[in-house]
Amino acid sequence: MRLPPQPGEALDRESEVEFTFQGASVRGFEGDTIASALFGEGQRVFSRSFKYHRPRGLLCCQGTCPNCMLTVDGTPNVRACVTPLVAGMQVEAQNVRGSLDHDLLALTDRIGGPFTPVGFYYRTMIRPRRLWPLYEKFLRSVAGLGKVDEHRGREQRYDVEHRRVDVLVVGGGSAGRDAARRHAAAARHVVVVEADPARVDAGEGFEVVNGTALGVFEGGLVPVDAGTVLLRYRVSHVVVAAGAVEQPLVFPGNDLVGVVLPEAVRRLVGRWSLRPGERAVVIAADDGSLDTVDLLERAGTQVAEVVDLQKQRVRQIAAKGRAGRLTSVELDDRKVSCDLLVVSGGRQPAYALLAHAGARVGYEPARGIFVPVDLPDGIEVVGAAAGEVGQAAVPAASYNGAAKKDKCFVCICEDVTDKDVKRAIGEGFDSIELAKRYTTVTMGPCQGKLCHVPSIRLYARENETDEASIGTTTARPPWQPVELGLLAGRPHEPAQRTSIHHRHTELGAKMMWTGTWRRPHSYGDPAGEAKNVHDTLGVIDVSTLGKLLVTGPDAAEFLERLYPNRFGDMKPGRIRYGVLNSDAGRIMDDGTIARIAEEDFYVTTTSTGAGAVVEWFEWWNAIWRLEVEIVNVTGALAAVNVAGPNARELMTRLTDLDVSNEAFTYLDAKHAQVAGVPALLLRIGFVGELGYELHFPSPFGEHLWDTILERGADLGARPFGLEPQRILRLEKMHVLIGQDTDSESNVLEASMPWIAKLDKDDFVGKWSLEHVLERGFREQLVGFEMENGVVPLEGGQIVVDGRPGGRVTSARWSDQLGRAIGMAWVPPDLAEEDAELTVKVNGSVEKARVRLRPFFDPDGERLRS
Amino acid sequence: MSFLLPCPNCGPRPVDEFSCTGEVTVRPQSSPTLRELTDYLYFRRNAAGVQREWWCHRLGCEAWFTAERDTRTNVVLSVEVPAEQ
Repeated sequence: MRLPPQPGEALDRESEVEFTFQGASVRGFEGDTIASALFGEGQRVFSRSFKYHRPRGLLCCQGTCPNCMLTVDGTPNVRACVTPLVAGMQVEAQNVRGSLDHDLLALTDRIGGPFTPVGFYYRTMIRPRRLWPLYEKFLRSVAGLGKVDEHRGREQRYDVEHRRVDVLVVGGGSAGRDAARRHAAAARHVVVVEADPARVDAGEGFEVVNGTALGVFEGGLVPVDAGTVLLRYRVSHVVVAAGAVEQPLVFPGNDLVGVVLPEAVRRLVGRWSLRPGERAVVIAADDGSLDTVDLLERAGTQVAEVVDLQKQRVRQIAAKGRAGRLTSVELDDRKVSCDLLVVSGGRQPAYALLAHAGARVGYEPARGIFVPVDLPDGIEVVGAAAGEVGQAAVPAASYNGAAKKDKCFVCICEDVTDKDVKRAIGEGFDSIELAKRYTTVTMGPCQGKLCHVPSIRLYARENETDEASIGTTTARPPWQPVELGLLAGRPHEPAQRTSIHHRHTELGAKMMWTGTWRRPHSYGDPAGEAKNVHDTLGVIDVSTLGKLLVTGPDAAEFLERLYPNRFGDMKPGRIRYGVLNSDAGRIMDDGTIARIAEEDFYVTTTSTGAGAVVEWFEWWNAIWRLEVEIVNVTGALAAVNVAGPNARELMTRLTDLDVSNEAFTYLDAKHAQVAGVPALLLRIGFVGELGYELHFPSPFGEHLWDTILERGADLGARPFGLEPQRILRLEKMHVLIGQDTDSESNVLEASMPWIAKLDKDDFVGKWSLEHVLERGFREQLVGFEMENGVVPLEGGQIVVDGRPGGRVTSARWSDQLGRAIGMAWVPPDLAEEDAELTVKVNGSVEKARVRLRPFFDPDGERLRS
Repeated sequence: MSFLLPCPNCGPRPVDEFSCTGEVTVRPQSSPTLRELTDYLYFRRNAAGVQREWWCHRLGCEAWFTAERDTRTNVVLSVEVPAEQ
């Protein structure tokens, strides 16, 4: 089927490439695309159309139209005409039931006419309502083109690269290269982007990159699809040399296999030495397309007739075919038999990228094309894209005659006919933007490249106006089809791990996410781990806590202004609990603040809050300009909490510091060497037992962890995870920010009124809290215990008078107490000790009693012991 | 949004490196009325034009600064680090 070797052909006839098509082995040459190899093997039907399942063959041969889309190695919608052939490729047809030549769904073309007009689904399939699931199942099975294999997973790695150049030229044709040379001569760093690999070679003083520009965004951002890499170019100057798009003509049968655009002839003959057909008719509206006549003759195709629309007026064109393949064409009343019909409705400048950048386009009536007229700064257009497309006649909006003929397509991607467009206008969709959404013209894979101008022309004729008044629809990126994987990029799920992480995994911890941190949920026995803290000694890795140094002459003043409680009167070596509020009085974060020295504070935040708190601190200080430095040492320091009745005994073994209750009391902070490591010891008690939180340089994480477990082995030292910690803190009714509070909560209603010192002159959130006092409480956070021991779901409803009146925020079973306990937001009148709550659990309602004081050790004797 | 924002420390950087907390507001000095308070907390000019905003170079130098930006074109007219009092 191949012609003898031609000068300039792209083939290497010495290297055969074997691949499979529909399971059968096929051969092509090195230099072929998938489509040219299949064409060489006699394949003419490449796809079935979107709606009517009509056979479709090569039309544009340059990656514009939807006709050659195939599934290649499991990837759907691969444009075969521009995809280089690779040995071993498995190529399959898509959107067919049966085969490409005998598609069962082609029935919709023959009998579906009256049932498949535009908008048919919207109007018809909503009634009767109950049948919708059936409709939906059917529609989903027939809709779309290729099918995505959901089970394939990520096989392909995609990446993104950020690049910065002075000038980016989109299009490596002669105009693009001229512009590139001109800019390079002015000592600018120039890159040319060219989609066609055959036109990528070294430039003179500039780089040529194989890829397609997807759009032009603000700030000179031009993303370029380079296969598996998305190149994000930042440029100061964009030259659009994207050329022009050959337009089809609108006539009955204009989608038959054998109807092609001129570029298809140029590529089939010139690159791949293929004879496009045996007997051809050429109909061209522009000068540029008549070169195909010579090419066809060179390829041995008999040219039966050439119709130059600039010289010759034709009223009606009708292509006739058999089994979807072209057999003849009727030109007015004459019939010419042929198997190839080369049509060109002129070349429309590719202005979409310019439109993305904010350029305006205007209609040029003499040639019937839209040309860019008003360019924003930093945007330049050259060559055909600027309108240099030669002379052309304005083709008719359609060449459809009166007699009953084959379908006449305006949009081949979405199978929209001239009849559909007329119907849409008849129904009142008289704006082109509305009609686009209703008929889906221009919304298919070609994104309007082949149907935008023809649809505007038809709209103008039917509305008895001109193209300029109809106007264009908004051009949006991407200008070329792009794989979703490329836009999604490489999977990127960064995890933060503490310096003790590997000890946890060695101990068999079940890990969980808290924000971006990986933390042990438990070491297999949450209840046992909690009990061990109460009975002997537990140790937990709390390195994830946010840790900040706040230092400087104004440090105390700074914290006074940020936190609702007082810090100015704190003595060095003491600790206070603090809750950060927004100026709207909402709780943001909490933690402990230790005064290390007169001007040095050590502030901890929640595990997920460190970044936000630092940003919050810095923001306020950008306004206040106090003399204070904020240093985030979260990653630099590790932290473990040792808690339980035996914690003091352990500490005496690890440090020379006097840890007696008299010398080191509750809420003291002291520096000491612990197991040879310089550490800050905070005596606090989140879990309700005597405890010491040790903060020390991260590199010693495993050393200290190991030492604690070793030296404390006979004291019962065992690690505990986040889940037992949550049980323990709930027993103490310690509020967990983000769990028991949300973005609406304030410290007053969250039952921490003691923390807000409203007699201070000012602090962030003070005025809003005063307003809360003025208006009265709307709800209140309280503890509760269930009467029958069942644990309600977190988020479960509190029922008041048969209606939702509150919600459960935390609930756990406590072995220590032998009760199911929790915390909940309830109406203020129920926030009284012993008040009865009705809690919804699994659809039934259960009784609970309000508790306002900690369930366990309400007076904190164990903490202070 | 893909415009470049000139950080006072780092120069022009892609806007996705920054966080924005919106218009620069004036905090009432003492015991505001409820109306003054809600004006400050919740009401914004939302100008179609130039407005002053707080920006933080979160993925860079972490500095806070104010920028005058035209909300229609995303052209940044000026940036400023608040002066020391």
